[in-house]
Amino acid sequence: MFKRKVPAKDMRQKVRQQEAKKRVKNFFEVALGYSKQNARKEASRCLQCKEPLCVKGCPVSVPIPEFIKLIKEDRLQEALLKIRQKNNLPAVCGRVCPQEDQCEAMCVLNTKKVPINIGALERYAADFRVVCHCEELSISCGRRSNLTHKIACGGENMVVVVGSGPAGLTSAADLANLGYKVTLFEALHTPGGVLVYGIPEFRLPKKILRQEIEYIKSLGVEIKTDILIGKTFTIKDLFSQGYKAVFLGLGAGLPQFLGIPGENLARVYSANEFLTRVNLMKAYGFPDDSATPLNIGKKVAVIGAGNVAFDSARCALRLRAKEVTIVYRRTEAEMPARIEEIENAKAEGVEFKLLTQPVKIIGGEMGFVKALECMRMELGKPDDTGRKSPVPIKGSNFRVEVDTIIVAIGQSPNPLLPKTTPELKTNPDGTIWVDENFMTSIPGVFAGGDIITGADTVIQAMGAAKLAALAIHKYISKES
Amino acid sequence: MFKIIEKQILAKGITKIVVWAPDIACSCSAGQFVVVMADENSERLPLTIADSDKSNQTITLIFQEAGFSTRELGMFQEGDSIAHILGPLGNKTEIKKFGAVVCIAGGVGIAEVYPVSRAMKGAGNRVIGIIGARSKDLLILEEKMKNVCDELIVVTDDGSYGRKGLVTDALGNLLDVVEHSTHTVYPNLVYAIGPLIMMRRVCEVTRPYDIKTIVSLNPIMVDATGMCGSCRLTVSGQLKFACVDGPEFDGHYVDFNELNSRLEAFKDKEKCLNEKCPRKI
Repeated sequence: MFKRKVPAKDMRQKVRQQEAKKRVKNFFEVALGYSKQNARKEASRCLQCKEPLCVKGCPVSVPIPEFIKLIKEDRLQEALLKIRQKNNLPAVCGRVCPQEDQCEAMCVLNTKKVPINIGALERYAADFRVVCHCEELSISCGRRSNLTHKIACGGENMVVVVGSGPAGLTSAADLANLGYKVTLFEALHTPGGVLVYGIPEFRLPKKILRQEIEYIKSLGVEIKTDILIGKTFTIKDLFSQGYKAVFLGLGAGLPQFLGIPGENLARVYSANEFLTRVNLMKAYGFPDDSATPLNIGKKVAVIGAGNVAFDSARCALRLRAKEVTIVYRRTEAEMPARIEEIENAKAEGVEFKLLTQPVKIIGGEMGFVKALECMRMELGKPDDTGRKSPVPIKGSNFRVEVDTIIVAIGQSPNPLLPKTTPELKTNPDGTIWVDENFMTSIPGVFAGGDIITGADTVIQAMGAAKLAALAIHKYISKES
Repeated sequence: MFKIIEKQILAKGITKIVVWAPDIACSCSAGQFVVVMADENSERLPLTIADSDKSNQTITLIFQEAGFSTRELGMFQEGDSIAHILGPLGNKTEIKKFGAVVCIAGGVGIAEVYPVSRAMKGAGNRVIGIIGARSKDLLILEEKMKNVCDELIVVTDDGSYGRKGLVTDALGNLLDVVEHSTHTVYPNLVYAIGPLIMMRRVCEVTRPYDIKTIVSLNPIMVDATGMCGSCRLTVSGQLKFACVDGPEFDGHYVDFNELNSRLEAFKDKEKCLNEKCPRKI
């Protein structure tokens, strides 16, 4: 049967990338985004569906066909404002959202296998302000709506947001737009949460992130760093200071370890430590631009196959490791990472040991790691995530020579605040309990994002934060 | 920004700074620490809070200039501002009436044992202080410790001041005297802080006597809020993070071998930084 080829004009516009051999030697962004020509071509492919399914696939309901039409018409300021009606971090989301599982998965053009590259278009519109200095317009729009709402809300009600990751930043922005005086407390010395410590420079440049955060500050959000709620101030202190409600966007920052012998040897890192040193503390600039070291050898094993594992592996390559291997107990089909990240890693030279489970870490002189003992696995029945369970093959143990290990098997909710706030009810998995309105067991204290769901994506945290902001608004309106 | 109100050199290479930090001063207790970043490109450096003044809203930090980051901090003068300080971190020391408490510290650890000694005294304990340094010119806070201890034993490695010997020798002698006497009793608690090898030896001295020994550990930290595991150690076979589960632990159950290796993990990098010494220092 004759298969009709998709004509060139209907093909998905490719996004330019730094060439693989070149990009493993630097931390510059890999994806270079669309040119104006590509963006308008891609935008022209959109069918402008009357009942757009893509919007339904977006956790924050960005008005997708509308902003795409504005890009097609080269009305970029308006495209950005359109996106910002729902998404206050478009330059971030355009880069890191798994659009292939969300908006793009719902695009009707999937029937021809050429869905619109919604992510690249969102990034294109978001990055526009850098080129055209239109931030002033955006800021003045933000302030105008802020002022209107302030008058509407009739007062200077103060709200605290704890944590400046995606959930915190989003709820802070929405609450400021609703007219509240928002103070955001961040424990680290710079805001962004996982966006600044977890996602590498080559996927999300920190300059871009800073600009996104400047926009959120322009809405009237005051960000105070170096404050750890639960230690510097308690939740009780916050209410004594006059805040009417608290939003907890604490994240899933607790690293999971395997619990195998040798895991505390030197040069065995949690992915969090590795990435925090590299991304937040700029260890790639050691010693000239940063005093934070990173002791990394030549043969690196990264255990796990989620986005965090691939971020770690790709950072290790850039830090001049000779061999970087993803060690994973299942196969590629079961990997949780974005396909784009897996493909980028392959192109950069990351190797794979699949159906392999680490069982012991072996140390050498001075307590540094020198080898990893593993067992071969086979796939059995599906587990509760629907993926086939790995089953060990008895007697299949073997050793791999490595000098650095990065454990990237997952993160759990940060336990620090619940530990120091006994009234805050938690679930057995460490997540904070909330009711259907995102309120915790403490009246006036709300939570959203990874701290209530466990580790998940940036955009899911943002979706929850938007709903929580509305719930806070209802709560304060009722109480006053 | 955290302004330095006062700076004093206490001994060769040991600096004291009093820093304006209102939020931390109001909420800190003995045993807790802060994480300091001198400027935007600095390391995150954990330092024990040596003292605090709620009314003046200041905290006191005492540190030894042992490497690049402490030397960088040591260059700051009165009136300069430190870029970032996060705290108070870690669990507060359990202060209650134990009975007799030995507070033992070496080198810059004396600065860290002082607030604990004072608090223990305030809770009605009989406090025996044992402090030591390599030599007389490295000994700090003797007068302050005299004021809060019922008995103070001072030692120096080279005998240039006080008794000659290590703090662990002095502790060993003290326990030996109790063992051979009919009218003195063993201390109920020993609290040790100082170089890792010192704390480890203290635990070995007290182990045969089965005296509870608390050590205050200072492993390498990055965020110090429990999210990276850099400061992890094994206590009674279980994984603990010094920044959120500590910094104090029952020393008899700490895996010191493992902790020592982890402390050495960046030694060659530190050397590289000292040699390169590229920035304003």
